[in-house]
Amino acid sequence: MASAGTVTMNVFRGTAQDNEMVSFRVPVREGTVVLDAILWIQANAASDLAVRWNCKAAKCGSCSAEINGFPRLMCKSPVADYGDTISVRPMKTFPIIRDLVTDVSWNYDVNKKIPPFTPSERDATDPKAWRMQQEDVDRSIEFRKCIECFLCQDVCHVLRDHDRKDAFYGPRFMIRIASLEMHPRDTLDRTALLKGDAGVGMCNVSKCCTEVCPEHIHITDNAIIPLKERMDDVYFDPVRALVRKVRSVRTRKE
Amino acid sequence: MVIGAGGAGQRAAIAAAQAGCKVTVVCKSLLGKAHTVMAEGGIAAALANVAHLDSWEAHFADTMKGGKFINNWRMAEIHAKESPESVRELERWGALFDRTSDGLIHQRAFGAHTYPRLAHVGDRTGLEMIRSLQDRLVHTDLVEVFMEVTVSSLFALDGRVTGALAYRRSDGSLIVFRAKAILLATGGAGRIYRVTSNSWEGTGDGTALAYEAGADLRDCEMVQFHPTGMVWPAGVRGILVTESVRGEGGILRNKDGERFMENYDPDRMELSSRDIVARAINAEVLAGRGEPHGGVFLDISHKSPEFIKQRLPSMYEQFLKLAKVDITKEPMEVAPTIHYYMGGVNVEAETGASSLEGLYAAGEVAGGLHGANRLGGNSLSDLLVFGKRAGQAAANYAVSSGAVRPIPKRQIEAGIDELLGPLKRPSGASPYKLQAELQDICTKFAPIIRTGNGLKEGLDKVLELKEEVRECGAGGPVGRAYNPGWHTAQDLRNMVTNAEALLRSAIERTESRGAHARSDFPKLDPRLAAVSFMVRKSADGQMTVFPVESEPTPPNLTEVISQSFQKYTPEETE
Repeated sequence: MASAGTVTMNVFRGTAQDNEMVSFRVPVREGTVVLDAILWIQANAASDLAVRWNCKAAKCGSCSAEINGFPRLMCKSPVADYGDTISVRPMKTFPIIRDLVTDVSWNYDVNKKIPPFTPSERDATDPKAWRMQQEDVDRSIEFRKCIECFLCQDVCHVLRDHDRKDAFYGPRFMIRIASLEMHPRDTLDRTALLKGDAGVGMCNVSKCCTEVCPEHIHITDNAIIPLKERMDDVYFDPVRALVRKVRSVRTRKE
Repeated sequence: MVIGAGGAGQRAAIAAAQAGCKVTVVCKSLLGKAHTVMAEGGIAAALANVAHLDSWEAHFADTMKGGKFINNWRMAEIHAKESPESVRELERWGALFDRTSDGLIHQRAFGAHTYPRLAHVGDRTGLEMIRSLQDRLVHTDLVEVFMEVTVSSLFALDGRVTGALAYRRSDGSLIVFRAKAILLATGGAGRIYRVTSNSWEGTGDGTALAYEAGADLRDCEMVQFHPTGMVWPAGVRGILVTESVRGEGGILRNKDGERFMENYDPDRMELSSRDIVARAINAEVLAGRGEPHGGVFLDISHKSPEFIKQRLPSMYEQFLKLAKVDITKEPMEVAPTIHYYMGGVNVEAETGASSLEGLYAAGEVAGGLHGANRLGGNSLSDLLVFGKRAGQAAANYAVSSGAVRPIPKRQIEAGIDELLGPLKRPSGASPYKLQAELQDICTKFAPIIRTGNGLKEGLDKVLELKEEVRECGAGGPVGRAYNPGWHTAQDLRNMVTNAEALLRSAIERTESRGAHARSDFPKLDPRLAAVSFMVRKSADGQMTVFPVESEPTPPNLTEVISQSFQKYTPEETE
């Protein structure tokens, strides 16, 4: 707990090449969150402290950072939850632009590669209201809660430690694909993409992404594992492989 | 060129590209972070899925009554008629809404809507809307998006808009855009107040850019206090508490446990219009009946925890995390917070065209639809309906307007001088300090209940501040790479223009109407029922305000407004 109404903030300052942790003593009141402390520094001690934020209400997912080593939204992290000293660093997985701001444009490039929602021709031109049941939309709705804070991308071992952005789209885009695949009116099949470029097989189900999700989306259990199963079903199911083989033998005999 | 990538900007860009135009979208933040993402309650549209009695007529009448009749009636008519299709279109683009038991889009009750009318998904409808549009936008040909780029000035020549000057936040490099048509979708200016539900982006850029370029603004005195913002802890003051809490049955009580809305609007109670509920809370607190932190109680805990978590998931999370309050068990503490700008760029109803040729506006930055008070849910449908229309109209204009016009070098140089000015004044005042002063002025002198003297005093102070802002620095280091001090200095210029327009217009409106309440003129003045105050930059650079009589509402629509709509009873459907 912060003593005497102040807290020490150690903040990453600089670029990837040239940086240091700078210490600031910041006044706190009841309810002060880490983002407030950062904005206080900006207004009073370091006018050019770069930080990305928007809503300050945990709805936009802009102010992601690593607070005492944990990937968090700064606007949702009360200072009182930490000790007398708090360190704030930018997300590690993405290139640093300056101070706490990272270049997350890779995520936007990945999103563009995912074939968008595609209803049937008939549905697309139907001027009448669609009928869908709540229980059918609920599965997809869970994934659509994502605020694109990219904390799951930040913490994913494949992206963070192995830097395999070339081989895996990351948890954020697994749930994006899941939300499309489980949309009751979508007609596309993205299984080949999952096996190929999206690289769902790269995930080793450590569930770190689920742990850091501020929207409490069950990324691993409800999205990645079902997507893995879907891919396995099509490509690696031994029974299916056998059936395929028998069928092809039969076809040859005929 | 579309400036702003919230709901209106994205919808407009899609429409313009579909009309065959090459579209550049420029936004201050990352894509999908715009203020639309914070909209919680839903999209108002007379789909009549829950209340079969609902109709565009009822929606139109509610909107006009809520706006105290200074709305642009034609906009209100178009909005009411086209909203249902705009929601269905969004669904065809992949948006998923909560459903009724027979599988249609569910609609919830909201303040001053006669029928349950808000299509929603939990309490994160804005997020659903922006993701659906975003997915559509990035897969639309001919669209290029510039993220984290801020426009600092518009260029116009011979009464026509020609382009814009902007800077990249990441490295401070400058871009000159040449465009045949420019569409503003920049949102409101809530940041000129201290306690607001708006993000840092709500600095009124669009209204200020349009004003400086020569377009007219209207109804700038009409600023909405949302009745329920968070009050405690102090660090979170102002964060929005969605009206859906009341829509789903939440009850407002003062410290004595009294359901005080009975004294202010016994028929509609908590679901009265926002101006009335906000003033009621204000009055309770002033009369000493508020809770210790200066708000009142909002209670939904009589509903089951499952119901609350399904219908209001982000409110549950927000209070639990930020205030350590479990709303399934305890009441929330709430007080009014600045939320929405009803006024804005004066536009033509059908096209969103401003008074400056080639300049269009849609969404919160445009004025007229909401009149003196906006109904909840009408903003999201506003974005879709008028984003589409303005996008199409701007594209049509661009196609027919001939070649791109050159921008004179001296204009570009003047724009750059202004933009880089703060970096050249290392000893200039801190923009953060001046911003805080501006917020204090607006909060103190243009509050929920205003007085003529207070407004005049506020105006004097804003004009003094305007001089200081002209000479302000970046607050410290003068590098151009991601320097928020420099960015704040840019925003500040726009904020001052908006504050001046607000105070000047508020002084002129000598009555109380909708969101504009004056203790020295506590009554509605029928002579001002068809009057809007316009703001224009005169030839000598001064801001002028003048009244304009609006076109009379045609008899068929007057009839619609006076019609009495059958009251909704939940038994009617489900």
